Amino acid sequence: MNRTAHAVRALVSVLVLGLLAGCSQPAPWHLKDVSGLLPDLQFQLTRARDGKTVTAADYRGKVVALYFGYTNCADVCPIMMGEFAAALQSIGDRADDVRVLFVSVDPKRDTRQRLAQYASAFGDAFVGLRGDMSTLREVTKRYRTTFGYGKPDDNGFYEVSHSTAAFIFDRKGNVRLLAQQDAPVGDIAADLTRLVQE
Amino acid sequence: MLHYLAPYEFYIEVVAFCAVAVIAYARGLVVRRREGLPVHAAPAIGYFVGVILVYAVMHTWLDYLSQYMFWVHRTQHLVLHHLGPFLIVLGRPHEVLPHALPPRARARGARILRHPLVRVPYRIVQQPVIASVLFVGLIYFWLTPAIHFDAMLSNDLYRVMNGSMVVDGLLFWWLIVDPRGSLDGGLAFGTRILMLWMVMIPQIAIGAYIGLHGSILYDVYAVCGRAWPISGMLDQRLGGLITWIPGAMMSVLGALVVFRHWLRESERAEARRTSTLETFPS
Repeated sequence: MNRTAHAVRALVSVLVLGLLAGCSQPAPWHLKDVSGLLPDLQFQLTRARDGKTVTAADYRGKVVALYFGYTNCADVCPIMMGEFAAALQSIGDRADDVRVLFVSVDPKRDTRQRLAQYASAFGDAFVGLRGDMSTLREVTKRYRTTFGYGKPDDNGFYEVSHSTAAFIFDRKGNVRLLAQQDAPVGDIAADLTRLVQE
Repeated sequence: MLHYLAPYEFYIEVVAFCAVAVIAYARGLVVRRREGLPVHAAPAIGYFVGVILVYAVMHTWLDYLSQYMFWVHRTQHLVLHHLGPFLIVLGRPHEVLPHALPPRARARGARILRHPLVRVPYRIVQQPVIASVLFVGLIYFWLTPAIHFDAMLSNDLYRVMNGSMVVDGLLFWWLIVDPRGSLDGGLAFGTRILMLWMVMIPQIAIGAYIGLHGSILYDVYAVCGRAWPISGMLDQRLGGLITWIPGAMMSVLGALVVFRHWLRESERAEARRTSTLETFPS
């Protein structure tokens, strides 16, 4: 009887240990984890700053946040870029290993010069990227996003619908996280730090 | 124009399903005619329209819109889960499709369908309560905000979601519109009416919940960007209404078909009784 009790206890402890080992996953991310849901980083676009054609390979080794927006955007884009700027400021030197790629989905109004100015206003880590329509359609589709244009008003101003989230890739170019519109700066900073340190 | 007919994304499973569905049914019709069996135009038209609708919402510009507009997505699911399969099973595929096969393969097919490994799981998922729960459960499952988020973001999950709607739609509506009544091994017509009511109420509930909700439930459409600038709340209200009203209306349509079958069956039973009385006058 005693022996049976021992055996049961041993079995239970083995089971519990096994369960614990199986469950000891790393702490969850603050931002939404999208690993495996989307393809890795891949694109070929024109860098606004110097007119050079760049690809994902140019940013391998960096943690990359990919964002689709337009410089005439009144609130969503500047708020998001502002949040990233604040997050990068708060993580000090580690920000050197992060790039925020701002891809304009309004190439008609976003000239190279305008886009370069816009991106640099947020900081050195911000890169403005341009492309023609078919390239933009391709790269947005790759990340399951789209964009569309509203009717121009009397002044020729039109709204652009676009993705409001930033897709974050690790140093190897694998998709990892999604920073949504309302993500707190602290969450972005913490997760970027963790990715940089990986 | 042609641009709108081209698929946004190529799905091999959609092309295969639609091609097999059309070719097999067309061949079945030809063989039936050759064998001197009745060929009905209306069910056949319904069948082909059903397949074309499924193809259209999955493999044209409509698929693009469905990915980037919540209300178009709800319309797409209305076709994939309700209207398309409903029209397809109204085409009496059980009478036509077997004729697409040569006699020997037909017999083998029938044997496979009778095999316990096929028949038992089929019986289970087609048990009236289970079938109704599956039908509504699938709608609720894919509309759970966190699950919906991943399904719209991941192309693989998106395909699984849409495929599951068609498969479940075919199973459920076949149970409802099967012309064979309880005397011929089908489901009792009263049970079917009850099922239609059982699936209608939760659809109204979730449609109303989404349509009248005061904040954004499905932020994935903001994440991915919408097809054209429209407020997220308007998009969600429309989507809720489409889940609510046409979704519930499909139960009414289904009930009309069931009542027609029911009427025919009782007329047949009545005719049989009177003819028996005439043969044996008391």
